[in-house]
Amino acid sequence: MNLAGRVDAVVIGGSAGGIEALSVLLPALTPGLRSPVFIVLHLPRDRPSVLAEIFSRKCALPVREAEDKEPIVPGTVYFAPNNYHLLVDNGPQLSLSADDPVHHSRPSIDVLFESAVEIYNERLLGIILSGANEDGAAGLAAIHDAGGVTVVQSPETARAAHMALSALKLRPADCVLPLDEIAKMLRTLDADAYPERLN
Amino acid sequence: MDAEVSDARIVGREFDIEFKLLIDAIYQMYHYDFRGYAMASLRRRMRAAMSRFNCRTLSQLQDRVLHDSTVFPGLLDFLTVQVSEMFRDPGYFLALREQVVPLLRTYPSLKVWVAGCSAGEEAYSLAILLKEEGLLSKTIIYATDINSGTLQRAAAGVYEVERIAGFTANHRKSGARSSLSDYYTAAYGRAVFDKSLKEHIVFSDHSLATDSVFAEVQLVSCRNVLIYFNRVLQDRAVGLFRDALCRQGFLGLGAKESIRFSSHAGAFLDFVPAERIFQKRAEL
Repeated sequence: MNLAGRVDAVVIGGSAGGIEALSVLLPALTPGLRSPVFIVLHLPRDRPSVLAEIFSRKCALPVREAEDKEPIVPGTVYFAPNNYHLLVDNGPQLSLSADDPVHHSRPSIDVLFESAVEIYNERLLGIILSGANEDGAAGLAAIHDAGGVTVVQSPETARAAHMALSALKLRPADCVLPLDEIAKMLRTLDADAYPERLN
Repeated sequence: MDAEVSDARIVGREFDIEFKLLIDAIYQMYHYDFRGYAMASLRRRMRAAMSRFNCRTLSQLQDRVLHDSTVFPGLLDFLTVQVSEMFRDPGYFLALREQVVPLLRTYPSLKVWVAGCSAGEEAYSLAILLKEEGLLSKTIIYATDINSGTLQRAAAGVYEVERIAGFTANHRKSGARSSLSDYYTAAYGRAVFDKSLKEHIVFSDHSLATDSVFAEVQLVSCRNVLIYFNRVLQDRAVGLFRDALCRQGFLGLGAKESIRFSSHAGAFLDFVPAERIFQKRAEL
């Protein structure tokens, strides 16, 4: 699927096996990407997240831990901090919340995806990766229902298939693909921010 | 673009219009001001409330809120209630204990403000910490919230026994000098916290959006409240904290909150940056 001109933002969710999956996807993001990328990965709660640090080295784009009320910068990869939900808010800007865990998870993929739909409507790409619980299924369904693009890592290629299967049970996805195919798809995202900035 | 897609867009726009109308209706009718709240979290809570009250649209919910006064307290719970933990982020309490308490000792009497106390977990945690440090007998803790129903629950100091294991683990990591079980009695699946703590806590109605400063305090603890506010309201709240604090008083915020963007940032120094503890400047 070619994504040129199709989306303004990307949301990604994963749990067990999610770090490996992102290690394939994030290096595929092109410098100058126009979309911001928001990611929720479930992690043990009592440890500070080092995801941004880990993936800065593997990605051509700036990778940051999301801060509350931060204006969203195109072509930036934002990770939800540990023990907070990450939401996309009007502006667009980022917003954090300490609301109850959803599917025992904080950050929750559903919370991120559902908030992003409110802002980006059908111009949103949602990706569900490997994981062992059903968080993200309702969020991906919301993206589907708004007319956005939904992608699920093919369950047989995921280290933990439950998350992908839960998502597919709720709604059909536009694409069900192994990681290298999703990576290929991400390379078709608009990446013209650089030329504009140079002008 | 197919019909379904444009529908979704219109629905989103309608929701935003109805949302503003409802927030305004609540303000005019009940004087609760959510106009400065961050939209994303409030929107999510409103959607949950819609499903709880069986309303298909926010306009339907508005109708019920305006014409049935028994509906509003339930809605207020959806919009405000915050489930916290005792000694949430133990590192914060450890930093208070090791770095702030030694300075608090120098005051003849202490006033502490827990702003946005919700069900009281933070207020009881601070009371226990101050008791362990031998300071509680000269302390008054003002625990404030906008939801009077929550305040009543907080004043009762009753928590489900299942939550106590988590509280105890956090308490231990906070540098505990006693056992959490010294402060509650458990019966019928509930843990009731001690009168000896409650005697030093005043639970009271206060809005960071509409009310002003009510006392001079040495410590303000307001954690994971500001993230629910937009920048303008955050600024108002931090201004209240600045005005309430004595010179060199302390302000503790949530792990992901900052005063960096506030117009009052200059009034504070970083005290324990990793735990978001700030100190009001001496010259103010």
